Amino acid sequence: MTDQKRDIDEVSGVETTGHTWDGIKELNNPLPRWWLYVFYASIVWAIGYMIFMPAIPALPGTGMTNTLGLRGHSDRAVVAEQVQALHTERAAAAGRLVTASLSEIETDMSLQQFALAMGESAFGDNCATCHGAGGRGAKGYPMLADDIWLWDGTLDGIEYTLRHGIRHMDDPDTRLSSMPAFGRDGLLTPREIDDLVHYVVDLSGREADQAAVNRAAPIYATQCVSCHGADGKGNRQLGAPDLTDHEWLFGGEPRDIQQTIYSARNAHMPAWQGRLDDPTIKALAVYVHSLGGGEK
Amino acid sequence: MTKVTLIQAGGTGAPGPKPEHPPSLYEKRNQIYPKLAHGKFRAFKWLVMAVTLGIYYAIPWIRWPRGENIPDQAVLADFEGEKFYFFFLEIWPQEIYFLGGLIILAALALFLVTSLFGRVWCGYTCPQTVWTDLYIWVERAFEGDRAARMRLDHAPMNFNKAWRKTGKHIVWLLIAFLTGGAFILYWHDAPTIARTFFTGEAPLTAYFFAGVLTFTTYALAGTMREQVCTYLCPWPRIQGALTDEHALNVTYRYDRGEPRAPHRKGESWDGRGDCIDCKQCVQVCPMGIDIRDGAQLECIHCALCIDACDDIMKKVDRPTGLIAYDTDVAVAARACGEKPRYKLFRVRTALYAILIAAISLLMLWGYTTKSTYEFNVLKDRSPPFIRLSDGSVRNGYTLKLVNKATNLRTVDISVEGLPEASFEIIGLGTAPDNGTLQLTTQAHGVDRYRLLVTARPEDLPSRTTLRVQIRDTATGEIAEADAPFTTGDQ
Repeated sequence: MTDQKRDIDEVSGVETTGHTWDGIKELNNPLPRWWLYVFYASIVWAIGYMIFMPAIPALPGTGMTNTLGLRGHSDRAVVAEQVQALHTERAAAAGRLVTASLSEIETDMSLQQFALAMGESAFGDNCATCHGAGGRGAKGYPMLADDIWLWDGTLDGIEYTLRHGIRHMDDPDTRLSSMPAFGRDGLLTPREIDDLVHYVVDLSGREADQAAVNRAAPIYATQCVSCHGADGKGNRQLGAPDLTDHEWLFGGEPRDIQQTIYSARNAHMPAWQGRLDDPTIKALAVYVHSLGGGEK
Repeated sequence: MTKVTLIQAGGTGAPGPKPEHPPSLYEKRNQIYPKLAHGKFRAFKWLVMAVTLGIYYAIPWIRWPRGENIPDQAVLADFEGEKFYFFFLEIWPQEIYFLGGLIILAALALFLVTSLFGRVWCGYTCPQTVWTDLYIWVERAFEGDRAARMRLDHAPMNFNKAWRKTGKHIVWLLIAFLTGGAFILYWHDAPTIARTFFTGEAPLTAYFFAGVLTFTTYALAGTMREQVCTYLCPWPRIQGALTDEHALNVTYRYDRGEPRAPHRKGESWDGRGDCIDCKQCVQVCPMGIDIRDGAQLECIHCALCIDACDDIMKKVDRPTGLIAYDTDVAVAARACGEKPRYKLFRVRTALYAILIAAISLLMLWGYTTKSTYEFNVLKDRSPPFIRLSDGSVRNGYTLKLVNKATNLRTVDISVEGLPEASFEIIGLGTAPDNGTLQLTTQAHGVDRYRLLVTARPEDLPSRTTLRVQIRDTATGEIAEADAPFTTGDQ
């Protein structure tokens, strides 16, 4: 096959490469010229691009993450610029929003629409991870769209929670309370806890063993009443949940309640002050307030 | 001419002759130098050019007041505001089917015209034809008519040739830019974009499309010309299926013209046709074809050969109309000595006309009766329902209200389907028992509200259909939308 004379194909008159597969010879046609020119042009383009745009990463010894190029272009700077432009554009409405009261927001339709749009998008980015889309909640993460609140359902109360978090120990103003782990810390015996479970089930209007309920009554009166109240309606000052309704943050089955009393549940929410700017926090408060449970 | 010999296959087993060169499928373009025609069709074409170009350049400047904060441009595709304006018509994104209807109407109109009069669209009004005509006019102004242009192209480069060619291309580019520039006027407020385009403040898309249209105008009308019609445009192929033997096409009446032969003054016309083979029809043809070869794909039916031939017929003292608008059937009939019959009214033309009328009426009815409101109720997907502390169930909805009218309007909102339910709209409060809530919708825009409906779940199935109604307090116009109310997971 090699070192032969040029093999010219009879039909086309084109030189072959000398390769033959199943009797079919490969013609040695040159690359199309247009293709070659495009190829050369892209080489020229690439050289120009490397000179003008950031191109070569991590040059050792220079301390730079990459070459900057003559244009000094940076996608990061472009994004920062766009974010800044967005803040500038929003500045007027955002400024009004931060200081507006609930009634002002409710009467000013354009301000309300602004706050809801901003709040909805911020909620999706920051809150929906735990609280779910639309504030639907999950076990351990309160539903935000109903009318049941652990701490405060007013616009200011929601904003306070957002700013300072719940049991967020880095923030001195955080909403703080802590239920003792009655079982784990040996404050109550397992039997007393079992009786208390019956008592709580009875409080929420379900069928319970009345003998156990009666046994538990004095325990409830000494151990639980200071936070959850004599009637079990809870205390928002302390974030103590209402035990008489159907809503159970950590589950309402006797097993769940037993677990709660034994080892206590103290959920956390981070403080968003400093992580989100003031207009965003206010917009989030307006949005959560609008989900349906907002109180006056 | 290459002589082609067919060799019978088989038999002797002798191989056939080998072709020396593989046949090339590439046909080199022959430059066409259309000669200026004189006559009624040429005059009509100038008129059509003036009118169509006039329409194209003038329309974006026409104002059509619609109301406050609404564009006052008569014809505008407003992408930013997501609306399309055409004089009294105003089309919102959700009514885009009207544009579909317009396109169907345009197609049917083209079908009808083609089945009646052949390719009049190609010959008179197609932008490619109009702009090519304009470009040839410029070319003629700089380089002279056919013979002069041919001479100039074959002459060596000198100052005379250089300035004529340069001048021509400059004017061509200018026209091309005006064409591309006028195009973007249809997509923005014309006076504004005409100013910002030159101050550098226009959007990038405006520069891009002006550039693209400038380039295509220059390339298609200046340098590609008839190749666009022959090779790029699908329309000649489609027309082949639309035109038929009864359509009026630019036709060489071979029954009268053949046998053709040169004719000297004083010779007898007996025993010969009227065609004196002067080739004037070929010389004026912008497509570079010979109409005497019959109907052909390249022919755009511009009728300039009719003008050229009529001129000659007058000179040789024969009746005009050797080339004329005629039908294949009529010419064939005359050739057989029969009386030609014209059938403009045929099943297909009647069908096209009926379809056009029906679709026009349908669209007119649709447009005149369309609601000035677009109203949607979107149920929250998450959470699908909410149980409240008192045991009742609440569903959340987003109300989307599109007010297409140009004034603020006050509407009453009511919810039907759940007699015991109460409803509230965030920002407006709770409705009184079985009552309505009132709100004012912004003019010519879209409003969104959150609606919360609360009901006792005890007597309800897991899914009930709610009907939300809005009623214009001034006009009584009603728009309704349905949405489900759910009380459980099932």
